[in-house]
Amino acid sequence: MNLHSLAVLADPNVQLLFLRGTLTTLELFFASAIAAYALGALLVVIRMSGWLPSAAVGAFVEYHRNVPSIVQIFVWYFGVPQILPQSWHTYANAHLSAFFFAVVALSLNAAAYISEDLRSGIRAVPTGQMEAARALGMSYLKAMRWVVVSQAVRGAAPALVNQALGLLKTTSLALAIGVKELMYVARQLDGETYATFPSYLTPTLIYLACTLTLMAIGSRVQQSTRFTR
Amino acid sequence: MTEILSQYGLLLLVGQFPDGPIGGLALTLLMSVAALLLAFPVAVAVAIARTSPIPAIRRAAAFYVTAVRGIPLLLIIFWAFFVLPLVTGVTSSPEITVICALVVYEGAYLGEAIRAALEALPKGQTDASRSLGMSYTATLRKVILPQALFNCLPSMMNQFVLIVKNTSLAYIIGAQEVTFSANSINAQLLTRPFEVYFILAAIYFILCYSLSRLSRVVENRVLRKRSRVTNQPITETPSLARVPS
Repeated sequence: MNLHSLAVLADPNVQLLFLRGTLTTLELFFASAIAAYALGALLVVIRMSGWLPSAAVGAFVEYHRNVPSIVQIFVWYFGVPQILPQSWHTYANAHLSAFFFAVVALSLNAAAYISEDLRSGIRAVPTGQMEAARALGMSYLKAMRWVVVSQAVRGAAPALVNQALGLLKTTSLALAIGVKELMYVARQLDGETYATFPSYLTPTLIYLACTLTLMAIGSRVQQSTRFTR
Repeated sequence: MTEILSQYGLLLLVGQFPDGPIGGLALTLLMSVAALLLAFPVAVAVAIARTSPIPAIRRAAAFYVTAVRGIPLLLIIFWAFFVLPLVTGVTSSPEITVICALVVYEGAYLGEAIRAALEALPKGQTDASRSLGMSYTATLRKVILPQALFNCLPSMMNQFVLIVKNTSLAYIIGAQEVTFSANSINAQLLTRPFEVYFILAAIYFILCYSLSRLSRVVENRVLRKRSRVTNQPITETPSLARVPS
């Protein structure tokens, strides 16, 4: 291992490459995280309200839990455009990028896990809470909003932060369909310069910086929610 | 879809096995089992280190676990691809690389699962064994580990499901497991990606879903056995209670 190879990192082009890669990773992360939390909450509402048979939501969750994320990305990127109607297919080919399909696959995957976390958070709230709120004259929605959900989210908070951590790491799989995120960039640099050590050291440090921040947020959240009930 | 299965089913199951190296689902399973078996001792060591009475060891283990939790598995695989030849002096195959990366990765995750089981045991177990004059290692080996490892059988099975799913990343560095087979089938057919990836997803689903079902069965067994152990009424004179008349 020669440390001279670290000199590669002094090249402004390389720095720009890593900066772009990091930004793409963060874009992937934030886009999928926002979609995933929203969809995860929606899934819980659907499951509890009975709009769809609960088995449908269950199947959605089990599919995303038991199939590797990378296969889910392949299904969306390669598979789904094929079964769309012809006009949609043409539109997808012309306008939708690998980035888009990566966000769809990642957010659906994370939403499945998030909905399970939220649901177990809601189940952990004693039924007496709902009954008491209703007995005090609150409507169902008000009781849900102010009594049940607020406690459920607090209980599920550490697990929810963990899902964000997992999602950030899963964005690295987008390299398989050619999204130029951090891992893609690292691999490209390694292939072009053979400076393997700095090529992989840089993303390691960047990922660690991001994930340690998330872990710190997670432990703060955990501390602030510990003695609430 | 059935033509794809009948034409390429064997490629998905065993790769080019009789004529070439083993691949497909068989390789996925082989790699997963190897990774689990090799990661197990590492994980036990990590769990013991995490609960060690010596602060330096505890901190080193915590550093390892945090570092592994903080980076994507794919990055660990790339590091293994780079570091392994430096250590061993020969270029290792993608299969070996992925197994090593999974051992490093699961050493941390499985280690945390085992640590949770260690810490869940009542403290009285350690106290009783130590006060009976057993050493720290004897306590671990004869009292704590047998109970803790039994109790975390279900989480070990869940980790196995995770390993099976994670071996799909081996495709990226060219190991010919089932995801690789599906990709090469897709490249041959070109026009029917949905069917191919649907079949691939179905294979993983059937495998992982049945494994996680099985782990739920094991979990119930473990819970029942534990409740039987703890709920047993303590007879007043234990030494005489079981003497056959």
